Amino acid sequence: MVVLRCMERCTKQQDQGGLHASRSTDMVTMNSDKVSAKRKPEIIGCAGGSKDDPPFLPLSTSNSSEESPNHLLYKKMEKIVEKMQDETIGVPVRTVKSFMTKIPSVFTGSDLIMWMIKNLDVEDQAEALHLAHLMAAHGYFFPIDDHMLTVKNDGTFYRFQTPYFWPSNCWEPENTDYAVYLCKRTMQNKTRLELADYEAENLARLQKMFSRKWEFIFMQAEAQSKVDKKRDKLERKVLDSQERAFWDVHRPMPGCVNTTEIDIKKACQINKPIHGVKLVPKLSPSSTELGIKLVENLKKQVGLMRIRLDRRNIKVSKVAEACIAYFEQYLEYDSFFVAPEFANPWISDNPELWEQEKLAKDISARRVKRWAFGLQELLQDPIGREHFIKFLDKEFSGENLKFWEAVQKLKALPQSAVQDKVQEIWAEFMASDASCPINVDSRSCEVTKKNMENPDRWTFDYAAAHVYQLMKSDSYSRYLRSEMYKEFLNGSKKKTSVKGIRSIVSFSARKETIT
Amino acid sequence: MTSEVSGPSVDTVESLMKEAETLKIKLEEERQKLNDVTLASVAERLEIINYMNIKPRRTLKGHQAKVLCSDWSPDKRHIVSSSQDGKMIIWDAYTTNKEHAVTMPTTWVMACAYAPSGNLVACGGLDNKVTVYPLSLDEDVTLRKKTVGTHTSYMSCCIFPNSDQQILTGSGDSTCALWDVESGQLLQSFHGHSADVMTIDLAPSETGNTFVSGSCDKLVLIWDMRSGHCVQSFEGHESDVNSVKFHPSGDAVATGSDDSTCRLFDLRADKEVATYSKESIIFGVNSVDFSVSGRLLFSGYNDYTVNVWDTLKCVRVCLLYGHENRVSCLQVSPDGTALSTGSWDSTLRVWA
Repeated sequence: MVVLRCMERCTKQQDQGGLHASRSTDMVTMNSDKVSAKRKPEIIGCAGGSKDDPPFLPLSTSNSSEESPNHLLYKKMEKIVEKMQDETIGVPVRTVKSFMTKIPSVFTGSDLIMWMIKNLDVEDQAEALHLAHLMAAHGYFFPIDDHMLTVKNDGTFYRFQTPYFWPSNCWEPENTDYAVYLCKRTMQNKTRLELADYEAENLARLQKMFSRKWEFIFMQAEAQSKVDKKRDKLERKVLDSQERAFWDVHRPMPGCVNTTEIDIKKACQINKPIHGVKLVPKLSPSSTELGIKLVENLKKQVGLMRIRLDRRNIKVSKVAEACIAYFEQYLEYDSFFVAPEFANPWISDNPELWEQEKLAKDISARRVKRWAFGLQELLQDPIGREHFIKFLDKEFSGENLKFWEAVQKLKALPQSAVQDKVQEIWAEFMASDASCPINVDSRSCEVTKKNMENPDRWTFDYAAAHVYQLMKSDSYSRYLRSEMYKEFLNGSKKKTSVKGIRSIVSFSARKETIT
Repeated sequence: MTSEVSGPSVDTVESLMKEAETLKIKLEEERQKLNDVTLASVAERLEIINYMNIKPRRTLKGHQAKVLCSDWSPDKRHIVSSSQDGKMIIWDAYTTNKEHAVTMPTTWVMACAYAPSGNLVACGGLDNKVTVYPLSLDEDVTLRKKTVGTHTSYMSCCIFPNSDQQILTGSGDSTCALWDVESGQLLQSFHGHSADVMTIDLAPSETGNTFVSGSCDKLVLIWDMRSGHCVQSFEGHESDVNSVKFHPSGDAVATGSDDSTCRLFDLRADKEVATYSKESIIFGVNSVDFSVSGRLLFSGYNDYTVNVWDTLKCVRVCLLYGHENRVSCLQVSPDGTALSTGSWDSTLRVWA
């Protein structure tokens, strides 16, 4: 292995020789993002170490490869694998003697799954199998003679990977390593080491790609093969399979998931030369500027914490009650609990639900009921909004809603239209000679007047919030008590009573009616 | 306080640090006082959700590579999705037909969003830009595309804040920004995170003036869109926050993180009120969303599954298997009748 490592360094330099080589690299890995998303821990090391090291880094910004999302996962998997390999309470590993040969250090799939059900808090066999499959796909254990890294709950034999080959060791093996490995396999005249079709194809492609240094690759393969041959027979069996599993992780069989890939966003982040450099205050006597920044930062932090301390917060019991109340109120409208009035289009393949919604007739009582949950609910429903406007017109108090809606529209306008609209709203609702004056308190009036000196899309926000509260406590509550609303509620289709509101426990009933 | 002009002495730094430390302790004490009960204990009186019949109902095939983002149309049946193959596809998810397939100038389209009118979509990614495409069936949608904003690093998420005329973006440059669609003018920028912003969500309140962001600095921040100021912050996650979503009531936010937990932070309590995790769940969370009543939290994991959590009892209700690679995005449809998921296996699925 040492040979391989140091030879690799030489070949790496050759790799960088030309664009051609790097392009064909993509072809063979068949996985362009792996190349672009390569973790580059050494770059981080340089940025941190080459200049004078910063005396301290805030925890949130130090993001070495150790902290990368994949590593977080590796650590957790390794904890489980270590438990699995415990001699007394782990998965039973044995050497199986069959007719003429011995199969060293294996365990069966069913033993593994049984262990997982017993020792991890998995719900059922399906979850255990899924987790086992994922751990195999990451190469922590592997079927002894299959390139497909998965686990079956039967007598199939599996073997643990040696920690040296664990993905946490930051393996990013080069194509030359892969070529050496494949080449080596062709030298050993053993059926168990024969190349699979896809491997043979990969080897052919690599040979074409590295034609100029193939001799070199061949030599390395030969050297390694010689070392291998000196090993004990059983030991070789284990090592060969572990090496194969390593390549099954890093150059997976077509159709298998490459688990070493990193989310592109995370890769971008890691590749940054220490992000947030501006925000990392350096505390060195030479740079007063940075010192000032640090003080500013600290002052800001202290200020923010003071504000937080001054906040009046509610207790968790209150939060819980509010969340439960919200759930109880909206349960009827949650399709995952209660079937909608018309069959769920996704389940019934019938889009009637959406078509009915668009029609203005036959409004269901359940929909009208929702208008009473809050002013926002009422205004969100076009029919509810229309009905409310009718009510306001009867009361001669439509200006508040008109104002509030004008302000909402203003906020949604393109920047170029904002100034005109601000003036328009002012003239219509708030100026002394307004055509449709609204009644706001003096404070809102003052704030808005001041905002008008430098008008923007938020100019009327304060006044609008005031008007909204007014509407909520005044006209809206009167609307809910009005005959007009009650009549509408009673006149609406009573489809709810037919279908009924089912409690959560009767899901089996729902299943029967739908499927 | 401002008397020092010659640069701060080590003393001021030390005293400030000390003050920060004591305030931190005090804050923690105050928070503990609010912990009179746990959410789960109050929810004990609710009936257990013992049967969930959620099944895959549609599979959308057509992307050639990982699906990175998706968004429901306000019409409740169309979906826009973006993929690493550099394509953005508009689907009629109900019929599973593709209505548009737009090739982007960049691969790695990390984010896409439908405008409230349903006539416009925005997308972007490694090009650092947010570009809008008006949707029309008559002509090539790329003809009328328009670049609205540019960040100094990748654009990770975007959302239209109740209007086709503005777009809110989050970026790897650790800022969020509000842009005017027509002019491309930067209306407001939001500074406060110290690492890449991964996700944003708009508050469902009637005024829609606040939004929440999650970042690789492990923090969740609440912002006032008008002032550009951060008004609240939540810590607790032990790794990158990949997803944030407002509770339908607007009073809390759920988060998903690489630390393989989902959490619920309440704005009125100013603290975390629940953690959704299990020892056997070891993979990171990419995306979360609530059901209409807020009782269910769907979360998409790197282990190819979707876990459905009971947000009140704080237990897992069920697991949805089906995808063959990481679940990268997930969203409940606007009327709550279905759940869409997108995956690195290059498919999208609709569950109901």
